Amino acid sequence: MTFDWAFAWSIMPQLLWALRITILATFLGMGLATVLGLVWVLLRRSPWRIVAWTAHYAVEFIRSTPILVQIYFLFYMMPEFGLRLSPMVAGVLALGIHYSAYLAEVYRAGIESIPKGQWEAARALNLNPVQTWQRIILPQAFPPIIPVMGNYLVAMFKDTPMLSAITVLELLQTAKIIGSESFRYLEPLTIVGALFLLLSLLAAQAVRWVERRFDLKELNV
Amino acid sequence: MSALLDLIPSLLGGLWVTVQLTLGGALLACILAWLGGLGKRSGFWPVRWVAIAYIEVFRGTSALVQLFWFFYGLPLFGIHLAPMWAGILVLGLNIGAYGAEIVRGGIQSIDKGQSEACTALNLTPFQQFRFVLLPQALVRILPPAGNLLIELLKTTALVSLITLSDLTFKGMILRAETLRTAEIFALLLLIYFGLAQLLAFLVRRIELRLKRGWHMEGTS
Amino acid sequence: MSTAPIVSVRGLCKRFGTHEVLKEFDMDINPGEKLSIIGPSGSGKSTFLRILMTLEKPNAGTIEIEGKGLWHMERGGKTVPADKKHLRAMRTQVGMVFQHFNLFPHMTALQNVAMAPKQVLGLTRDEANERGQDLLERVGLGDKLDAHPNQLSGGQKQRVGIARALAMQPKVMLFDEVTSALDPELVGEVLGVLRELAHETDMTMLLVTHEMRFAQEISDRVAFMDHGQVLELDTPANIFTNPTLARTREFLNAVLES
Repeated sequence: MTFDWAFAWSIMPQLLWALRITILATFLGMGLATVLGLVWVLLRRSPWRIVAWTAHYAVEFIRSTPILVQIYFLFYMMPEFGLRLSPMVAGVLALGIHYSAYLAEVYRAGIESIPKGQWEAARALNLNPVQTWQRIILPQAFPPIIPVMGNYLVAMFKDTPMLSAITVLELLQTAKIIGSESFRYLEPLTIVGALFLLLSLLAAQAVRWVERRFDLKELNV
Repeated sequence: MSALLDLIPSLLGGLWVTVQLTLGGALLACILAWLGGLGKRSGFWPVRWVAIAYIEVFRGTSALVQLFWFFYGLPLFGIHLAPMWAGILVLGLNIGAYGAEIVRGGIQSIDKGQSEACTALNLTPFQQFRFVLLPQALVRILPPAGNLLIELLKTTALVSLITLSDLTFKGMILRAETLRTAEIFALLLLIYFGLAQLLAFLVRRIELRLKRGWHMEGTS
Repeated sequence: MSTAPIVSVRGLCKRFGTHEVLKEFDMDINPGEKLSIIGPSGSGKSTFLRILMTLEKPNAGTIEIEGKGLWHMERGGKTVPADKKHLRAMRTQVGMVFQHFNLFPHMTALQNVAMAPKQVLGLTRDEANERGQDLLERVGLGDKLDAHPNQLSGGQKQRVGIARALAMQPKVMLFDEVTSALDPELVGEVLGVLRELAHETDMTMLLVTHEMRFAQEISDRVAFMDHGQVLELDTPANIFTNPTLARTREFLNAVLES
């Protein structure tokens, strides 16, 4: 048995259509993670010990348990609380929550990379906390974070095939369906792999370009 | 709590599969990470190209897609892998590719003066690697490798999708049988969390052991 | 001088990109000679030492050590570029002490000194340790055998660096600005060790240094380098008190004033 190029060509439209869902899930998930990650950072900096401590361990917990189990958890558990989620919504929620834990670490590293002297200078100029964050800290903390976030966007993109486990019709699920109908798995699975490779390499190139363009130093996360 | 405890025996078989996958995958990943990381630094271009191709392909395609490809795709070439071996192979290949970048970065981060001192002392390339680069690289590689080991543990859950009865698979079966969804998922997540903490603890112990008596700061 | 030079350099050229660091550089160094090289930064002093240590490859010219090519060798009656084996054989003649010490941070002082004699020269563990201990005592660090580099001061680190290079017993020793990275109060202890070496050994010593008074005191000859060439090479007395060239005088005035 060899690779059937004609068959591969014939299933391309179907797979490219499914790629839309994969990309949509990635961007929705990343949007959620970006915001939620910020919430974690704020909670972790809370003056109430118990809040900071809980947030710290919640992030640690989310980071060190499999995203697949988290996907199942959201998909099968929410109905028990009377909230039936569509597979796509559950999947995006799980991706967003999982990666928010990573982004919380990225934000923290970004903020901690600002030298203490900057805070002291802001204090010396009598800036209030909002001004300090808005005008001094965030403008310096944000740029080095951009390429790291780009890397996590690519990582999340590569985790979307897990949504097939709860029947989201993304790339891998579509390939599996084609496989079970035609009894040919090699072509659809190879195409899916090639698409992932192509897009990840392009994205990595884009991240590198941003890094060089803005001369960003690597963050220690 | 007792409601949780009676579920544990049914999950134990799955736990063992998960542990086997983690250990087997880690061993293979370790070997491939060094081959890939050193290969990418090789002065001989065919070796360098093979290493780069390996690293880019296995980092660039999704772990689950790789798993399906090895499990459903390879049999079409007449290669049949038992799910366990397919699992260990894909975990090792995938995590090894990420590890290769850690190894390469760890060696690259060592000050150039170290290799110059080795030349001045007339060490062979092998002696330089064995006595000077390796011990210093290990200390730098270990912390990120520890994080990667936890990624590996988390990735093992994917094998439940190729019918391998690991922890996650057993959990899903048990859920279907008992419908005690909340307890089972809570327990499942807690076991993974516990395993991850254990791995992190062990890596930290090794790290302290390696670093005893010296640290990199301020020395060159 | 009647004896043949131990190091003989002819027409040495080195470029980094379009920048010419060494231009048609010539020099003869006599066996046992203590020769200091002075000159403004960027004049090519360190590059010359690094080429002698085979850390950099020259673009043109020849270097001979005891009449044998360093970067060239004879094969079938023809002169060809040196291979790895030849370079390894030639390196046994040369040793180097670095500006930034380049000690191995994961080894104790004794391990730093004893490792290469054991691995490269094939000494037994006891022989290598004995040699290491003797040398560390000689540089005044007999009580620091088991200290790691991060537990040592800059001056102590550099003395370990000197002991490490001595342990390989080279005929020609290169000292590349060995006190430049030290705090001023630690320079003296390292110069003390160098002074003792200069007076008590017949090792050929080549020093790139900014310590003018020290160069004057211990050197047999001093070379003044500028823009990749030796402009003046003479006894310390002549260089420091009666230089021929205006450029040398200018440089010395600028350095000695500060």
